[in-house]
Amino acid sequence: MSAASATPTISVPEFVKRQSFIELDARARAQSLMDSGSWRELVGPFERIESPWLPKQGIAPQSDDGCVVLKGTITHQPAVVIALEGGFQAGSMGEVSGAKMTGALDLATKDSENGTKTAAVLLLETGGVRLQEANLGLAAIAELQASLLALRQHAPIITVIAGTVGCFGGMSLAAGLSSYIIMTPEARLGLNGAEVIEQESGVEEFDSSDRSLIWAIYGGEQRVGMGVADELVMDDVPKVASAVQRLVKAGARSVHRSQQVELYRGRIAALDTAKQIDPPSLGKLWNTKGGAQ
Amino acid sequence: MERLEFDYPSANRPVTNKAHVGVVGSGDMEVLMQPAEEGIAHVSVLTSVNGFGKSWQAVLDRFFAKHDRAVRIHINDAGATPGSVILRLEQAMEVIDQ
Repeated sequence: MSAASATPTISVPEFVKRQSFIELDARARAQSLMDSGSWRELVGPFERIESPWLPKQGIAPQSDDGCVVLKGTITHQPAVVIALEGGFQAGSMGEVSGAKMTGALDLATKDSENGTKTAAVLLLETGGVRLQEANLGLAAIAELQASLLALRQHAPIITVIAGTVGCFGGMSLAAGLSSYIIMTPEARLGLNGAEVIEQESGVEEFDSSDRSLIWAIYGGEQRVGMGVADELVMDDVPKVASAVQRLVKAGARSVHRSQQVELYRGRIAALDTAKQIDPPSLGKLWNTKGGAQ
Repeated sequence: MERLEFDYPSANRPVTNKAHVGVVGSGDMEVLMQPAEEGIAHVSVLTSVNGFGKSWQAVLDRFFAKHDRAVRIHINDAGATPGSVILRLEQAMEVIDQ
């Protein structure tokens, strides 16, 4: 090979160069969003605060109960990042994970009230309540909602739904109460999952085997287009991190989506339920950003 | 649900770090590895799959034959195969030695 031969230029597509956020586990996701070296983990895996209920039902628990809490800074502003591990029991909320989440948010509220505004970032990959923990899981979600309402008056609560589990059930309410929602096109957000709707209302209502239909309803693109989520970002760590940083800087919201009851009531009233509403028409009907800025 | 305990008295080369790897998802497990207080290796396993004590013994014997380290290991297992188990253990050891 002569030294004169030119190095061939290979064009690498953009998606190959991406650093996937989805492929990270909960802990690595949380770490990737904080200023490096600024964070410490609260109630980490070596504390072994596990679910006491799962082993009684023949299910292996996890040492952090699927909930990772990091306290540190984002763009030099105090923040707490709470990440649910979608790989463990579908990120479901149990007694322990619920208490960790609520405790972390309440500490952020206390700090904010004492003058240190502390933002919260929720990384939600979750199917909602952990059914094996029944009422304790439901109670955890109720407490969580109270904590979200308290904190969001002082500091922004930023929910990131990256995928691939998505955010469903009771935890979609937590997402709805947060100040901002960031989604990727792979992410899904909804109250009832497709299989639940099909089971309750029949396959004519929702064919849960139709993946393109599922993403056309629940997917990040549609949700952001409808104004029920705020930002659509590609599955790339720097892109997700910079969206989070921007919203931390934006600060607390003056009017939250969940306060705009009349707006959403009006939109629902305007829907003609006599005929099946398809994803494109839903996108068109709701195509104004719902959140006040 | 089964809890298994193993001791490796000859594994006594000290470690200073700790490591946490893996997720308790179907066919996977998590490993918590840290310095053993007694100076010899000890393993506790909590597994949702009963009746595989001998397989655990064989995999752990093999691991400690390679790494004679004084570690305390706890495993929460959701049905990891022996191949996955050894990979997770090696991964934890790699993190400890970083």
